[in-house]
Amino acid sequence: MNLLHQIFVEPFLFMGEAPDLLLQVLWEGFVSGILYALIALGFVLIFKASGVFNFAQGIMVVFAALTLVGFYAMGVPAILSLALAIGVMFLLAVTVERVVLRPLVNQPDIILFMATFGITYFLIGFGELIFGGEPKQMITSQLMLPEGRTNLEIAGGFVTIQHIDIAAAAIAVVMIATLGIFFSKTRIGRALRAVADSHKAALSVGISLNQIWVTVWFAAGIVALVTGIMWGARSDVSFALQIIAFKALPVLILGGFTSIPGAIVGGLIIGFGEKIAEFYWGPLVGGGIESWFAYIIALIFLVFRPQGLFGEKIIERI
Amino acid sequence: MSATSSTAPSPTTPETAEKDLILSVNNIEVIYDHVILVLKGVSLSVPRRGIVAILGANGAGKTTTLKAISNLLHAERGEVTKGSIEFEGERIENLSPNELVRRGCIQVLEGRHCFGHLTIEENLLTGAFTRKDGSAAIKEDMEKVYNYFPRLRERRTAMAGYTSGGEQQMCAIGRALMSRPKMILLDEPSMGLAPQIVEEIFEIVQDLNAKEGVSFLLAEQNTNMALRYATYGYILETGRVVMDGEAKMLRENEDVKEFYLGISESGARSFRNVKTYKRRKRWLA
Repeated sequence: MNLLHQIFVEPFLFMGEAPDLLLQVLWEGFVSGILYALIALGFVLIFKASGVFNFAQGIMVVFAALTLVGFYAMGVPAILSLALAIGVMFLLAVTVERVVLRPLVNQPDIILFMATFGITYFLIGFGELIFGGEPKQMITSQLMLPEGRTNLEIAGGFVTIQHIDIAAAAIAVVMIATLGIFFSKTRIGRALRAVADSHKAALSVGISLNQIWVTVWFAAGIVALVTGIMWGARSDVSFALQIIAFKALPVLILGGFTSIPGAIVGGLIIGFGEKIAEFYWGPLVGGGIESWFAYIIALIFLVFRPQGLFGEKIIERI
Repeated sequence: MSATSSTAPSPTTPETAEKDLILSVNNIEVIYDHVILVLKGVSLSVPRRGIVAILGANGAGKTTTLKAISNLLHAERGEVTKGSIEFEGERIENLSPNELVRRGCIQVLEGRHCFGHLTIEENLLTGAFTRKDGSAAIKEDMEKVYNYFPRLRERRTAMAGYTSGGEQQMCAIGRALMSRPKMILLDEPSMGLAPQIVEEIFEIVQDLNAKEGVSFLLAEQNTNMALRYATYGYILETGRVVMDGEAKMLRENEDVKEFYLGISESGARSFRNVKTYKRRKRWLA
């Protein structure tokens, strides 16, 4: 009885008693949710256009961030480093298309999936070789990203908001909107959706799959770079960062592998969910809920709704 | 004209050899997955501004022939292992579909394959992917497509996946037109459509051929329809051209009437008898 009370009543009473704490937790959840959504977005882009589950997305995040700080450490100005990092992501997209996707076209999905493992370990080795493996500081202030924090006085208490988090949320929203416009309004974006719809028909009208693949890997690279900057600013830039990419898996299972809105909503649900679970129910089990909460949610979804919230089946009927 | 020998496919027919050919396929062999031999030496040609039909039953190799020309074969692990294909006098076997569309040869796939999640208008726009002549020219062509297919104009904002079969077929042809093709490879346009719609579509094909000068190579099971609109026809059986000739001649040929048009002077026969008759006839030929 006491246990039930602890699980089902006390946390909610606590939420009611200290609304400022609840707001703080929700904000934290929102920010990490947005960042999960960004990583998931990278997966979805590539999965939609080439049917490849890109295991390397996580390492692309690290690699992109590492390239950025690496160039800066070599004495290149921050803005130029950013441009160079974008250039490197483009080169990566071209290389992947040339060396991996093109020779393996029409191979079973599992082979392409394994190939992305290859890309992962290549990027780890290559990154370490060029820029070194030790953790680095993200060049937040040099990129003119805001630092510091604001204490907002609401709900009878204080909510602390890191400025970098506001920037992260704003940039993520802008980027998602940009991608949305790119997909719906431009020639390449339209072709991309066409490819996602049917490879065969896209080929038949003369859409070049190679060009589309480069575009989509480049877009995923840019998403990775932005994610890398934001996560890097919160902790630091090291290969340990790729672990967060595994958090994108539950997000994808929740949102559906093919849906961009799904990635966003899934990311937010996981973000909010794990912060709230950690803060309010964590003490019951001695903490640490944050690290497994997402996977449990994913497991439940796999059992009851394997296509995810916005997966193919539902889109089919819109 | 009787059935030609099935082992040695006839080269370009004398009637068309002199003419200006937009497409000529010379004795091609197609193998899928390195083992499955599908075409065993197919030759055919399409005169400029002509409508030519490839006829035959399921699995005869009609679709494979079209895909060999448009090189969509490659994406299905098929390969042209022998022979050559020329489009406007240039070899095209090794060109990508993208390059072929750029040069003016585009395929409309069997079963339409519109992009279901895109609107009709967006579908049409994807057809202009290879074009570099600016959005004004593309708009103009879209207007033209809408004039040929007024129904598409009505449904321009509808998701292609939710339009009717006939509308999807029109959308697929319209989409191909947006690439400004010189030649359209039309695969099974009548599939799954009501006879009335089939007629409408063939009328438009004829119109396009006459007014826009687009050449057509169409694969059809609906022999009756195809021979009414085409000027020349090839009949395929298990990967070989077994008969070819002017559409008018094919229409009046006894064998074609019997096997493909379902009309017979000698009365109805059971399907089994027809088959043995066919086999014997081929042995004797």
